[in-house]
Amino acid sequence: MTTTDPITAITAPDPGTAPISVRREALYFAVRNGKLLVGVTIVTIFLLIGIIGPFLVDRPPMEYVGLPMLPPSTEYWLGTTTFGQDVLAQFVYGVRSTFEVGLLAGGLSALIGMVIGFVAGYRGGLVDEVLNMITNVVLVIPTLAVLLIINAYLGIRSVGMQALFIGLTSWPWVARAIRAQTFSLRSRDFVDLARLSGVGTSRIILREIAPNMSSYLFMTFILLFGSSILIASSLDFIGLGPTDGVSLGLMLNHSNQWSALHLGLWWWFIPPGAAITAIVGALYVANVGLDEVFNPKLREL
Amino acid sequence: MRQYFGRKLLIYGLTFFVAVTVNWMIPRFMPGDPVASMVARARVSDPAAVAAMQQYYSNLFGFDSPLISQYFNFWGALFSGNFGISIWAYPLPVADVILDAVPYTLGLMIPSILLSWFVGNWAGALAARRKLLDNTVLPIGYVLTAMPYMWIAILLCWGFGVVFQVLPVAGGYSFAMQPNLSWEFVGSLLQHWLLPFTSLFLVALGGWAIGMRNMIIYELEADYSNYLAALGAPHRLIRRYAFRNAVLPQITGLALQLGVLVAGALVTEIVFSYPGLGSLILKAIQNQDFFLLQGTFLFIVLGVLIANFVIDIVYVIVDPRTRAGMTGATT
Repeated sequence: MTTTDPITAITAPDPGTAPISVRREALYFAVRNGKLLVGVTIVTIFLLIGIIGPFLVDRPPMEYVGLPMLPPSTEYWLGTTTFGQDVLAQFVYGVRSTFEVGLLAGGLSALIGMVIGFVAGYRGGLVDEVLNMITNVVLVIPTLAVLLIINAYLGIRSVGMQALFIGLTSWPWVARAIRAQTFSLRSRDFVDLARLSGVGTSRIILREIAPNMSSYLFMTFILLFGSSILIASSLDFIGLGPTDGVSLGLMLNHSNQWSALHLGLWWWFIPPGAAITAIVGALYVANVGLDEVFNPKLREL
Repeated sequence: MRQYFGRKLLIYGLTFFVAVTVNWMIPRFMPGDPVASMVARARVSDPAAVAAMQQYYSNLFGFDSPLISQYFNFWGALFSGNFGISIWAYPLPVADVILDAVPYTLGLMIPSILLSWFVGNWAGALAARRKLLDNTVLPIGYVLTAMPYMWIAILLCWGFGVVFQVLPVAGGYSFAMQPNLSWEFVGSLLQHWLLPFTSLFLVALGGWAIGMRNMIIYELEADYSNYLAALGAPHRLIRRYAFRNAVLPQITGLALQLGVLVAGALVTEIVFSYPGLGSLILKAIQNQDFFLLQGTFLFIVLGVLIANFVIDIVYVIVDPRTRAGMTGATT
């Protein structure tokens, strides 16, 4: 914090340029925040593995391409399974589907949580009561148990289906948090002013309330992203993973099912778990970094 | 306080109602035909036998009566403790199969949840605003909390069970034994319990430590802490006050985390082939035993609701504001 740039941005509030300088201030702290940088770097590396990897590994993930139970070598970087499938090929496709699930499920649950939270918090009254009740009920039901039942009855399961149901069940805490924030914002002067000038409800929520908690909304999405990945991997592990592809959780499921542990095939079960841990951990750490960027109180001085 | 509990009970009652309804609806309204898939799985080629089986399963589900009466029959059966017959453990009733497994799951979950909660909170409170500790507790906490439950279970199982061969890796007790009340058997139980317990304990630990650390930092910046500090109160006293305030959201957090913790216990059991509900679910899925799966679902929901209620009671005991009828717990 040696430059005067962020300080001038705060002390000289010019109404016309304020949003830009706020953004520039956030950027200033963002590129200097170690946690954020580390988190974003790790996530980016895995994202690249998931996007580019499948193009570089020309072996199909589920085909029997080599001798069984080969340890990592220059030919098979992560070895092969008990059936002679290429672990590396499974891994890169698995990372890809992990990001797909996280993005879709996290996005959907963030969206549902926001809509319910905004409407309940802004409208208040009976609407709030009803939505709050629904939120509480969904909050108490153990998510994974519901997902188990639904997925068990689904004959054909795809990554998209899985993400859809995870998204439909993991929004409640978001709705509650956003409702509370909306509640405190809705009686502010600028919202009153917007209402007086005849702006509609949806427009007030989108234009006046949401921007005031944009950083919070973004961080919520990141947390949902991480937790969706964990839920999906648990489902895959129980044996309710996608039937049409491969995922990191499914790799763990197969390795456990075909006793990779007892045969000592560590290259089969360590990479997928490590990748999930790294991605989710990096997301959490990046989230803490973002919190420090947006919230001056938390910055370490 | 009566209002507080009344509201809670209303929510839990409603939740149970929704859970049962979902449980009833899914087999009936999901795409696909569970009866057809069950018959197909039995691999019977004789058309007469297929028709007979179809008739049998339809009767079992009660598919031939009108929807409304199917729904009420479902509730009726539920209250008389009839969850149907397990297909995997035929001809045992589902309720019996589940009741056999529940003690193992509870024996695993209750100690690991409570212990990780206490140790995690203690570690987090200790680490807050102490540079050196913070720099170790925080990264470890993040790694632990980001780990999938089954992966840490697999690692422990592989490390201690396969590489070092010091602890058993499968089952609830030694395969050579019959359940009985002897020290030997209890010892075997404990031996088999240790690894699944440790893996559940470790994953949950990280989350509590991080949560507590953040709450303490927040509390230490509150006005009352600054005021105490300005008065010259000793650090220990301020931290103790901060801890008392910070622990309340952690209790609520415990209620919110229950679903995740149950999920963790289920997959951990699967890794260790521990004879609890998790292994039961795996068997049910592998054998398409939908009665068993649905029965387990209801048991889990019921267990989570009861645990929620216990936490509510604890909250009332710990936080005097809820007793005085003021706002307190919001869950």
